[in-house]
Amino acid sequence: MAVAETDIARKVVQRASSGERSRDLLFRSSLMLCLFIAVIFLGVLLVDVAADGVGFLSLEFLTSFPSRIDPQSSGIQSALLGTLYLMGLCALFIVPIGVASAVYLEEYADNERWYNRLIEVNIQNLASVPSVVYGILGLAFIVRGPIDIFGLGVGQPTLLAGALTLGLLVLPVVIIVSREAIRAVPPSIREGSLALGATQWQTIWKQVLPGALPGVATGVILALSRAIGETAPLILVGAAAFQRFNPTLDGQFSALPIQIFNNVGEPAGVFRDLAAATIIVLLVILLLMNSAAIMLRNRYEQKW
Amino acid sequence: MKLHRHTAVLVACSALAFGVTACGGDDDETARGTTESADTQNLSGSIRIDGSSTVQPVAEAASELFQETAPNVQITVGGAGTGDGFERFCRGEIVIADASRAIEADEYEKCKAKDIDPVEVQVGIDGLSVVANNSLEFPDNCISTENLKKLLAPKSKVANYKDLGEGFPDQAVAFFTPGTESGTYDYFTEAVLETDAEQRTNKVQTSADDNQIVTGITGTEGALGYVGFAFAEENKDKLKILSVDGGDGCIEPKIETIADGTYAPLSRPLFMYPTTKTAAQPEVKAFINFILENNQKVNESAGYVPLTDELKATATQNLESATPVEAPAAE
Amino acid sequence: MPSGQRPGGITRVRTRRSVGEQAIKGLLAAAAVLSVLTTTGIVVTLVVESVPFFEIVAIGDFFFGTDWAPLAGGEQQSFGVVPLIWSTLYLTGVGLLVAIPVGLGVGVYLAEYASPRVRRTLKPIVETLAGIPTIVFGYFALTFFTPEILKGFLGLEVSVFNGLSAGIILGILVLPTIASVSEDAMSAVPQSLREGAFGLGAAKWQVVVRVVFPAALSGIVAALVLGASRAIGETVVILVAAGNNPNLTFDLTTAHQTMAAFIANTARSDVAAGSIAFATIFVVGLTLFVLTFAVNIVAIRFVRRYRQVYD
Repeated sequence: MAVAETDIARKVVQRASSGERSRDLLFRSSLMLCLFIAVIFLGVLLVDVAADGVGFLSLEFLTSFPSRIDPQSSGIQSALLGTLYLMGLCALFIVPIGVASAVYLEEYADNERWYNRLIEVNIQNLASVPSVVYGILGLAFIVRGPIDIFGLGVGQPTLLAGALTLGLLVLPVVIIVSREAIRAVPPSIREGSLALGATQWQTIWKQVLPGALPGVATGVILALSRAIGETAPLILVGAAAFQRFNPTLDGQFSALPIQIFNNVGEPAGVFRDLAAATIIVLLVILLLMNSAAIMLRNRYEQKW
Repeated sequence: MKLHRHTAVLVACSALAFGVTACGGDDDETARGTTESADTQNLSGSIRIDGSSTVQPVAEAASELFQETAPNVQITVGGAGTGDGFERFCRGEIVIADASRAIEADEYEKCKAKDIDPVEVQVGIDGLSVVANNSLEFPDNCISTENLKKLLAPKSKVANYKDLGEGFPDQAVAFFTPGTESGTYDYFTEAVLETDAEQRTNKVQTSADDNQIVTGITGTEGALGYVGFAFAEENKDKLKILSVDGGDGCIEPKIETIADGTYAPLSRPLFMYPTTKTAAQPEVKAFINFILENNQKVNESAGYVPLTDELKATATQNLESATPVEAPAAE
Repeated sequence: MPSGQRPGGITRVRTRRSVGEQAIKGLLAAAAVLSVLTTTGIVVTLVVESVPFFEIVAIGDFFFGTDWAPLAGGEQQSFGVVPLIWSTLYLTGVGLLVAIPVGLGVGVYLAEYASPRVRRTLKPIVETLAGIPTIVFGYFALTFFTPEILKGFLGLEVSVFNGLSAGIILGILVLPTIASVSEDAMSAVPQSLREGAFGLGAAKWQVVVRVVFPAALSGIVAALVLGASRAIGETVVILVAAGNNPNLTFDLTTAHQTMAAFIANTARSDVAAGSIAFATIFVVGLTLFVLTFAVNIVAIRFVRRYRQVYD
């Protein structure tokens, strides 16, 4: 930080002139343009989707089962429950493991050791592995192979297996973002706590983590946002595309993105509209899910 | 046949009655009932179906209709692809494999290695429609398999439709077809181009999804391609569906012509494979029988073509006797 | 335990290690090790299935061949992976060209210019973009962006499936990640730094570019890494918008196929399991994994050196 301050002193000693002010305005306008682009795209996407799907939204839609015979009466109950369970389990998995890994890497690990650097490179690399490969991994190791504790019998895909596969997929996001959040907590906070006699863990638990909470929340939001829309890993793990009964933790399950994917590939237009309605429901769930994290983020955010 | 099943249920329940109470209450009902629905009402179990996404709609429609008569049988349908479907099937993870092609030698070996004997049951017929952008005016709105070959053969250099001969439009070619990973591609190249999965590559855009092929063709002047029958039907107003002349005159793809085989060679079978063991399980047998007996309704809902009586008879025979399929010829 | 080598780290003169502290450290380390286990699992699965492939196809043909048609039959079958590698890097590049400036722009705006209330409303809205299923993006590219914007509005001569559309939409997909994470990083920069700069007479944009940016560099880099990683591994958008045909070309108006898109497409196709064609899924997966690993090692080393200058 000291370097930055002398840096400022050396480089940035200029009075604001009218030239500066117009450059300021230009800068600010280009930023607003960026924001505009992002929001416009979102808007157009949503309108496109909403227009097609809004006609199907109703309580029946949420409480009926999918139907191929009579698409007009098709609903998403089984897939909806599947997604909710998956997200709940996924969050339960990624939050503790993600934060724990981040804490370890930032607070305890000696960066000069090769094994810690290996972990770091690993995590970063895992963020770019396509979701399909996680599906293959989940199938081979969680549903079938040596870790078949969560499958019942030979190679049966269960909700838990699906949630773990999704969790592994998005874990790098949580870890990387949480690391940054922890790193952003000023050292003075830690030093003060230690000086008062707290152990390292107490310092982390009581001072660092609460300070890093908003950043961790962002990581979890981004992670769950990714997980909720993933189709390929679930299909490969063995999730059902069509299920007319509700899922249980130890049985077959379906999920909203699979329904969407399924319907989008159908020739008849009505299925595309169903897909659009399902997307709207998915986004609403996402918003509700994220709002918890967003509330936490807003409450605990602080300017150092 | 009904009596057979009825007796079997009685015997099974009586046997169970000694140890388990489950069948106890139902004994009287089944003793009296002779209708099918009473039998199927008692069926329970879970059936996991996976495999071809082409056959998936058939399985879905069937499971939904079947649920009305057998509400206690839980059926789930997946669409991981024919290859993945057989892989799971040959590991004993799923009960029925959906397939848009017959089982191949590699897959068959894997099954035998795990002591699994697949039973081949044809459940429907799919047609391939040759479609074109509305701008293309072909004589009689028809194209012969010879011309399809000329256009799409692996080494074809035809750059303009007029090269096909008199009456064909002066229009640069553009093709949209399924990709090499698709069973539809395999079928077309074998049946029409008579090659081993080889097709022209220049000026051909491939796509994984029939809807995208439709988008491609409707959006490109002079475009030609092939998609599943249901997709062509659904987009009749946006594209031209060409009749195909396989040597016996121009035939339009319609449910009737595909079913009776006159729309040749562009119709292909859709299969479901149970194993010899699962075909003997009452709920599985009942389910597949249901598909065969209600073939018209199931295939209609799924957008495919129902079996002819002859094909239905063969399929029913395979199912009833749980005949293991013959080992496919190695490639 | 000395950890003073890390910039901004804590130098402890003396620590009392209780059993509890050791246990906690162990637990935390175990969580971190999970990543190594995951990688091991992935590598093992990919390698095991790739071995039979390399028994049939020469490694040179695979890595240096420029014709990719593994599922075609007879003479057309070819296993040169170069077009896939090229398209992966090319389309990811296009995507990042869109995502990085716009994403950082949004991040900077939200962190430095927006009022807290605006920030609290807009940030979740931008993050919602991240939650839209990728297939929606794909179809948006195919049915709206290509015909209406590229062909209609901009009048470009593109085919229905083209790399430009896929690349740009890929960028939009990745943008929320970059925006959100970089915004977090910049918000965390202590106010005192900004005030110091203002006090010295700097204009707002100078404060942002010369002070906040460097101070938040670590987080911004993390944002870019996450964005790039997401882009390189994206499958559905490319499949739907850029088509299915590998093309070794600079031409963005034609179809392209990336490694990830190929894997996703073939894994769910009708290809017979256990065949050489099916094995290509794992081989290409392995290639992608190794490629990103190499890029990440270089990136981390580069960033570490750069970061030390600023910290």
